[in-house]
Amino acid sequence: MKRMSWFNVTSLTLGFAFLYLPMIILVIYSFNASKLVTVWAGFSTRWYGELVQNDAFLDAAWVTIKVAVMSSTLATVLGTMAAYVLVRGGRFLGRTLFSGMIYAPLVMPEVITGLSLLLLFIGIGLDRGVLTIVLAHTTFSMCYVSVVVSSRLVTFDRSLEEAALDLGCSGWDAFRLVTLPIIAPAVISGWLLAFTLSLDDLVIASFTSGPSATTLPIKIFSAVRLGVSPEINALSTIMIAIVTVGVITASLVTKRNAVRAEADTRAAERAQA
Amino acid sequence: MTQTVFAPWDDPNQKPLIRFQNVTKRFGEFVAIDNLTLDIFEKEFFALLGPSGCGKTTMMRMLAGFETVSDGRIELSGKDIGHVPPNKRAVNMMFQSYALFPHLSVWDNIAFGLRRDRKSKSEIDARVDEMLKLTRLEKFGRRKPHQISGGQRQRVALARSLAKAPKLLLLDEPLGALDKKLRQDTQFELMDIQESTGTTFVIVTHDQEEAMTVASRVAVMDEGRIIQVATPANIYEYPNSVYVADFIGDVNIIDATATPTGENTYALNWIDGQPPITAETKTTFSAGQQAHLAIRPEKIRISTERPDEAANALQGKVLDIAYLGNLSTYHVQLPGGQVIKAQTANTRRIARRDITWEDPVWISWSATAGVLLEH
Repeated sequence: MKRMSWFNVTSLTLGFAFLYLPMIILVIYSFNASKLVTVWAGFSTRWYGELVQNDAFLDAAWVTIKVAVMSSTLATVLGTMAAYVLVRGGRFLGRTLFSGMIYAPLVMPEVITGLSLLLLFIGIGLDRGVLTIVLAHTTFSMCYVSVVVSSRLVTFDRSLEEAALDLGCSGWDAFRLVTLPIIAPAVISGWLLAFTLSLDDLVIASFTSGPSATTLPIKIFSAVRLGVSPEINALSTIMIAIVTVGVITASLVTKRNAVRAEADTRAAERAQA
Repeated sequence: MTQTVFAPWDDPNQKPLIRFQNVTKRFGEFVAIDNLTLDIFEKEFFALLGPSGCGKTTMMRMLAGFETVSDGRIELSGKDIGHVPPNKRAVNMMFQSYALFPHLSVWDNIAFGLRRDRKSKSEIDARVDEMLKLTRLEKFGRRKPHQISGGQRQRVALARSLAKAPKLLLLDEPLGALDKKLRQDTQFELMDIQESTGTTFVIVTHDQEEAMTVASRVAVMDEGRIIQVATPANIYEYPNSVYVADFIGDVNIIDATATPTGENTYALNWIDGQPPITAETKTTFSAGQQAHLAIRPEKIRISTERPDEAANALQGKVLDIAYLGNLSTYHVQLPGGQVIKAQTANTRRIARRDITWEDPVWISWSATAGVLLEH
């Protein structure tokens, strides 16, 4: 192995320190026995125990997961449909306007999105709760899904769909049996992206949540305002663990598929030679 | 011994399978197909040949149903199919990119169209196995498209498009992605499969050699129009225009003014200071009319001595020799500066060693060797 130059070593250390030092400190203090967050008083899992008994946090966590699953699923359906129309619909009246507008929420300040949704929900007399958060999250995450899916559709060989039609498929069958299975990885990444966005959204959720439903980020934020409790450190550590496992699994699966595909291609080339 | 020649296009009682009637296709201002009329008969292997952008792919896509007709009508077995969607036509297509479904195995790719017809499982199994056997892919049924070679993929695409036993199979540059050697083998394979299944094939290609090899008839297209439709031999030997003569194979074109000298014979004054060329043709030219003589290089003889009896003999010197192994092409420059190509087969191992660069030579051809064309 080649030795790295001192410059590379420093860059790497600095970069990782910036990224992970805060989280490492958080994880360490979640095992602190003391009630005071900044004073180390020995190792303990006490706060994890207390967390499990904290119904308010557990309720909020449950709401968050429900909202994330529903809103990311809805956003994936709508975002995929929008992407399909934008890439495949050819030229139609208002196409440029539509394609410009679908990306607007990407750059719109969250406060404005949240406020306008709040006004809408009050205007149509919808009680704020899980439903309104789901709708709000769908609204802002579907544009992320459509960006991901449309970038895949642009490179999609159109003749595959034509072949499906030629072999007797209706338009819907061609989409269901050919297009969707092939673009599935992009659709799944879109879903995961929407899911993550919904999980950690605070601003929009705080505009659109009501007394009947509070998400975890709101709960944590309001708890922190009364002082950082070690319980929150424990909760955050669990969330970090979940995300880490998820990311590692996803990248392992991707890598394994890539390796397998490459092996297949090589085998095919050998068979040909 | 009586042998029936397959030539339904010469039989007025034959009903065509496909009939283009004054078909026009416009994309905005651009006219892709210009008032085109054409009949294609059952069991034909019909080639659409032309440079890119000549409209051959548009014609194929109209047959498949991916493009609608702007004007005129297209009939399949006597029925207008102008507005029938692609999934309701007894027409299948083999795509240039093969368009194999990457997420399905070879077997499932071939079964795809049969499943859409809601055929029974045993029927599908039997048909897919038959197709795998026809294309010699029995061992590869369970592989995915990316696990097989390019030639095998081409055969899967063919099997998939033939599985539904279409009345008409469209092939869009089917051999374009294969290397030369494999392409030649596959051409014969295609012809065998076409013959054994009795399906009508329409092939689109820009490769004239491929069209000549496989097709029963060839249509040469240019700018949305069909210039000539004929058998490969007739297209080559009797082109109807300079465009066709030039597009198919190698040719010398001599521009001249015609003067009738007898029945069907003309004297062609082609350049000052050279004797007129004698040519025979069935076409009538008036005195002084512009004409173009098209002569294939292999119909021109090259010799060191003046040949005794040749309708046309000219002297020049060798400018260039292209040695192709089996053939040699000589570029002979005439005193006026024109270059005429003459080709000979290298039948002997040390053939034509007597002619080399800068040598004075005679080139000669008979009165019927060339085709006299009006335009």
